[in-house]
Amino acid sequence: MNAHSPVAKADPSRREVLVVGAVVAGSSLLVGCSLGDLMSIGSEAEFGAFGPFIKITDDGQVTVVSKHVEFGQGSHAGLAAIVAEELDADWNRVRVEQAPAVAKAYANTAMGVQGTGGSTAISNSWTQLRTAGAAARAMFVEAGAKKFGVPAGQISVKDSVVSGGGQSATFAELLFDASKVKPPKEPVLKDPATFTLIGSDRVRRKDSQVKSDGSARFTIDVKEDGLLTAVVAHSPRFGGKVKSFDDTAARKVKGVVDVVEIPSGVAVVATGTWAALKGREALKVEWDDTKAETRSSDQILAEFRAIAGGRGPADLKWAAFDSKGDAASAKGEALEATYDFPYLAHASMEPMNCVALVQGNNATLTFGSQSPTVDQLNTARIVGNLPGAIKIETVFAGGSFGRRANFQSDYVVECVHIAKKAGKGKPVKLVWTREDDMRAGYFRPIVHHAVKVTVDKDGYPATWTHRIVTQSLMKGSPTGVPELDETAVEGTKGSPYLKATPIVDAQVALPDVGVPVLWWRSVGATHTAHVMEHTIDQLARKAGKDPVEYRRVLFTKAGARRHLAVLDLAVSKAGPVPAGQFRGVAVHESFGSVVAQIADVSLVEGADPKVNRVVTAIDCGTAISPDQIAAQMEGGTCYGLSAALYGETTLKDGMVQETNFDTYRVLRLPEAPVVETHILPSGNPPSGVGEPGTPVITAALANAMLAAGQPPVSRLPIVRAVV
Amino acid sequence: MTIAFELNGKAVTVTAEDDTPLLWVIRDELGLTGTKYGCGIAQCGACTVHVNGQPARSCSTPVSAMAGMKITTIEGLGGYHPVQQAWVKADVPQCGYCQSGQIMSAAALLTENKAPSDADIDAAMAGNICRCGTYPRIRAAIKDAASIAAALPTKA
Repeated sequence: MNAHSPVAKADPSRREVLVVGAVVAGSSLLVGCSLGDLMSIGSEAEFGAFGPFIKITDDGQVTVVSKHVEFGQGSHAGLAAIVAEELDADWNRVRVEQAPAVAKAYANTAMGVQGTGGSTAISNSWTQLRTAGAAARAMFVEAGAKKFGVPAGQISVKDSVVSGGGQSATFAELLFDASKVKPPKEPVLKDPATFTLIGSDRVRRKDSQVKSDGSARFTIDVKEDGLLTAVVAHSPRFGGKVKSFDDTAARKVKGVVDVVEIPSGVAVVATGTWAALKGREALKVEWDDTKAETRSSDQILAEFRAIAGGRGPADLKWAAFDSKGDAASAKGEALEATYDFPYLAHASMEPMNCVALVQGNNATLTFGSQSPTVDQLNTARIVGNLPGAIKIETVFAGGSFGRRANFQSDYVVECVHIAKKAGKGKPVKLVWTREDDMRAGYFRPIVHHAVKVTVDKDGYPATWTHRIVTQSLMKGSPTGVPELDETAVEGTKGSPYLKATPIVDAQVALPDVGVPVLWWRSVGATHTAHVMEHTIDQLARKAGKDPVEYRRVLFTKAGARRHLAVLDLAVSKAGPVPAGQFRGVAVHESFGSVVAQIADVSLVEGADPKVNRVVTAIDCGTAISPDQIAAQMEGGTCYGLSAALYGETTLKDGMVQETNFDTYRVLRLPEAPVVETHILPSGNPPSGVGEPGTPVITAALANAMLAAGQPPVSRLPIVRAVV
Repeated sequence: MTIAFELNGKAVTVTAEDDTPLLWVIRDELGLTGTKYGCGIAQCGACTVHVNGQPARSCSTPVSAMAGMKITTIEGLGGYHPVQQAWVKADVPQCGYCQSGQIMSAAALLTENKAPSDADIDAAMAGNICRCGTYPRIRAAIKDAASIAAALPTKA
């Protein structure tokens, strides 16, 4: 018997599990052991000669292992290209495979645990994967040098072929010898000037065929022997609990095999999806709402406004996030503006779902996991095992926009509870309907901003007073809520406009509300970009100055050279304003990248605003895949525009009113603009792409409306439903 | 009840409750998972298939109405249909979840209309939601697919 026997793994002491849980809460106290190492105890993962990121088979096929889930952002292509460039692999024969959950090998270097988010997939992998590719290349070079009898310096590699001394051999032919070479610890990376793949139009998606012929595998497509399908009846209010339920009729539905109570509701387990849904329809549940949130969204917004106006509860704390000079000394006429942002559902096309097999203390999960380590930890707590021992196979996710990553692993935990209680050794697929998904919360929170700006004699900001009221996204973090929740203020904090203003008083308050909230593609920028950019346009117009020139002056004053550069690039590409249209500009930095957008908009009385064309300029450091950067600018703009025009989840008596696409309106093809993308050449390391294209369009559109003489857009969405 | 129809050119017989949506029969009973669930109320188009050549939302089509019908799913397009070729060429998909439905709507459009205008594309594709925002590429790819199809040798 060895230490890895199933018996030893299946029954870790309760103490060990508690220790791991406690450690996550205070990981910074540990010395000499990374969080990733700790979270991998119990993992059986082993890696080949070329390490965790590269597999090469004896036919010469290079497989790049992606530690990041692919949910549309295209990073599989970019990650593979980074390896292929340094390895000099034949790009046409490089494929991508999804990594298992093993934090010690696959931690996001920006997070310390395995996870995808914050537009970091490419940036956190940049040096790591270049090094991995270069190390593997060095191994082939050494193997080739030995085989050809020439010094390593005379070896060249191109398209998976190693050449030197008039001879050549493929990766396939050298594989055995190369795999025996000790990988160099510090391989020499290429001079970026010599890149042939990175930055070229050859870096295209690897999954377009399978995503066009129906064969791409998503969570909902998982097939297993004996697979059961589960749906859950949830409380109609956040915080509601099951009081009692009657499953007599539900159990009579053909195909229903079990009905079980779990912490989040009552699960109906069946042999197929329709039977499960019919079973749930027949289920009668009484809910206990005594601890539930019962307010309407209008009430919550009114409370946020009152807080910003100084009429909040006495015990609510304000946190200053930018402060210089004495704002009380502000004199003269001020521009005052307030902004209200609604709850937003992520509404990914694939509603949340998960497949779990629980056998004793072991759990195997198959789904589009955005934060595998967190999902392992939350699963481990239910089955009583070490997080590292929880197996996760990550498949394609049909969108996420942040929804699939939360501290509670809400839908994952739900599936694991069901599999534990009703699976009886069979895998259980939890399926959420669109209604379940839209009612489940984890919304972008309601946000209120109140801004007061006085100007100097030339019309530029002299004092800037700013109050933000919203819910904290970091509540529930295993590492605790930080003193300042950056996710609530990013984008206002750090704005070049505040840098250019002599006196600033900016504060945030984060009241508790019983509605679960979460990051939503571009996080804080979903509101701060609009507030800053729309306020600036109002200030420019008040000063009688051109909005582009006004920004140039402030960017120059703030030393914001990248902002200035993307603004100039966008302006140079935009051309004249088409007849009968109105133009708005906006510039915003998020996730390390700066995006400028110029929107040309038709505004016809009686019709919704129509954004026709959006000229986008981005500085995202080194561009790996210009095509996929453009794709993210197109998609990000559509996602942002959808929210700007229509996005709003409302609550009435604590209950979500918009539960499907008939009431939660989203952008459709006829409403989508043409998006042109221009990438600023840069030698900096790559920065974010997936999110920075989302938040800018709201302000660009609103500023076009200002240009047409319309009032400021102080409440989102722009096209409000008629109640 | 037992219902017989044609699926991707093959005769199939299924036993299902007669209110079962075609979508769940195709996915759970017949095992073809390219057709996706998105909303269940014919609002998003992710479940689009062809019934006798016409696009239909399988999530809201009861299987009992399918007796004797000819049904085509994304798998039935074969993988190299002009629309699929254009989709791959333009790297239209992002997350990919809605794309089966998009492609089925686009393929039906091109069957009816060999050279669709922007307005034709708007009308045919307005029922298919893509949350990743691949709309600009969808529009371009449909036009490209029209020219790929036009260049094909005509059937004798």
